[in-house]
Amino acid sequence: MSTPEATSEQDETLESLFEGYTPEEQTLLDKIQTFLYESVYSPFLIMWVDWRTRVGLMILLGFVLMGTVGPRVVERTYVNHGPYTQPWFQSMDHPLGTDRIGHDILSLTVHATPAMLEMVAGGAIFAVVVATLVGTVSGYTGGKIDFVLTTFTDIALNIPGLPLIIVLAAIFEPERAFLVGILLTINAWAGLARAIRSQVLTIRQEAYVEASFTLDMPLSYIVRRDILPNLMPYILMNLMEMARHVIFASVALYFLGILPFTTHNWGIMLNEAYQHQAHTRLDLFYWMAVPIIVIGLISVGLILVAQGMDRVFNPRVRARFDQSKETSTEVDNV
Amino acid sequence: MWGFLTTITSLEFKGGKAFKPEEEHYLCMHWTVKRIFQAVFTVYVVVTLSFALIRLMPGGPMDYLRATLLGPDQTGTVDRERLNRQIELYMNINPDQPLWEQYVQYMSSVFTGDFGQSIWFNRPVAEILLEALPWTVFVMGIALLLTFAINIALGAIMAYKEGSRFDISMTFLSIISTSIPFYVGAILFLLFFSFTWELFPPGSRVNARLDPWTFEWIMSVLHHATLPILSSVLIGLGSGALIMRGNSIQVLGKDYLRVGRLRGLPEGRLALRYVGRNAVLPMYTSLMIAIGNVFGGAVVLEEIFTYPGVGYYLFVAVEARDYMLLMGAFILITVAVVVCLVVADLTYGLIDPRAKGGGYDEHA
Repeated sequence: MSTPEATSEQDETLESLFEGYTPEEQTLLDKIQTFLYESVYSPFLIMWVDWRTRVGLMILLGFVLMGTVGPRVVERTYVNHGPYTQPWFQSMDHPLGTDRIGHDILSLTVHATPAMLEMVAGGAIFAVVVATLVGTVSGYTGGKIDFVLTTFTDIALNIPGLPLIIVLAAIFEPERAFLVGILLTINAWAGLARAIRSQVLTIRQEAYVEASFTLDMPLSYIVRRDILPNLMPYILMNLMEMARHVIFASVALYFLGILPFTTHNWGIMLNEAYQHQAHTRLDLFYWMAVPIIVIGLISVGLILVAQGMDRVFNPRVRARFDQSKETSTEVDNV
Repeated sequence: MWGFLTTITSLEFKGGKAFKPEEEHYLCMHWTVKRIFQAVFTVYVVVTLSFALIRLMPGGPMDYLRATLLGPDQTGTVDRERLNRQIELYMNINPDQPLWEQYVQYMSSVFTGDFGQSIWFNRPVAEILLEALPWTVFVMGIALLLTFAINIALGAIMAYKEGSRFDISMTFLSIISTSIPFYVGAILFLLFFSFTWELFPPGSRVNARLDPWTFEWIMSVLHHATLPILSSVLIGLGSGALIMRGNSIQVLGKDYLRVGRLRGLPEGRLALRYVGRNAVLPMYTSLMIAIGNVFGGAVVLEEIFTYPGVGYYLFVAVEARDYMLLMGAFILITVAVVVCLVVADLTYGLIDPRAKGGGYDEHA
């Protein structure tokens, strides 16, 4: 638990104050270790205390397994694989039932996961990276650059997202899951960029940032070492939100048939059920229920993890953790 | 690049307080003027974007329209001039002119309210959309007000009973309701309320056989709008209540509330005037964000309930590849959202005197 790299924020600034900026001092491995400890391991420990994070991470892990191992375990389904429209929980061969042309619904769901995960990763990472770049640069530099970036952000913020996505999807008809993800977050980054900008405005008033500045540290150093670590939990939290946004929007657009059909995914499953009037008949309800439950579950997982991260972001909880670390006792179970 | 940025920052830092001089320079315009200018600029950008998408996409809308107008027998006997005149009729763009003239012509016609001609309905786009707009505004307006009211009430009660079983179960329910996409809610409503129990009609906006503005007609309108409104309320329900809960809990810990209690003020007055007012203020922000979400959501809901509003026509346009109708609907929805946001932004100062010229993120 207590690693030599574990220095609190202020100690580190103090050190850099006296040593000056010498990037060659740390080996790459050291840097990676420090980064992992500060931004992954210790937040992870704080989060793990909370039951919500534990449940949420379990759910997400389940989905990752479903997307990686799942397709290898579960056989790919085909037309006339089973009887037509067999309800769920009727047979062991098709536990979640079959659709109108005999596809096994369990298999459809599992085989849709990799593409979904790719889309979610593409969209969420795109949005978060753009938001972080725009937010920190415009918040930190101010002046003309800030003015231009803020105007740009505000425009993106004001355009209603879903109609914009629909228009772009209708014209570009993207097919790669990754690109679809990016399209779905085409202006979702704006809100986050604005939030990050206003946080950077606060952080840059801190003494240690001004200290780095007085020492003529390059901007990239200040942003990377002094500003970003403070924002990391918040950014990660929003990564979860973005992921949820991508899932909801993609399922909506596939469901309504706006995005071109590619491989099966949860939205297309919903669409097929809808096309066959499953929303008008109670006996076909299971057909829609499976994708709905899957979407609900992954969304609950993401929300729970995000809420757990809220604790990491909350400085009081964080301080309590740092204290208990210094006295090298176990993290108290609150 | 970085060096350039550093120069700017160092200039500002030397001014003592961070980025004062530049800020004054850019904020010298009055806040209201700036906000309105920004809104107009947003609409301008969106219209330009629509032009770019229509005109510049290879194999895009322009080529599609040309192919459609040529018809199945593309023998090329149709003379070019007539074809272009037809394209101009539909799109407000004459392909024979230089690009910048096309742009000017397109922009000026859109800003004078001419959105071109719909291929699918063979009517002016503006006419179709203006007829549909009041219905969308009606449904979404009611939904927005309902959501706001319910969220405030729920959140306040949850905060007052913090830690109670009610609070915990409602928090749990809010998480569930945010986890279920609103369109799923809409489908479930259709399945149960329309098709299984047949309480509400599954589509259209009014019984067409009734005379407008009679009592039966109004009842029929409300009857048809119930399900769309309900599902739209679902969009913003959970998260908004949680925000209100958080705000109220913060206010409940404030000193002035303790002073109020010590003065022996009645609990009702404390709840409404002290807690309520201060907790609702930041909610105004979420209302603004909700406007955008609700309009975006309306697009999907109107399609599911086949409720012919602006969003419904957006979908018809996508399916029929009626690009002018598509762009018209998109521009109209953007204008609606932008106008709502400006109104909300400008009135925020009236409600909260502390906010004289800030953006809304500072008050979130």
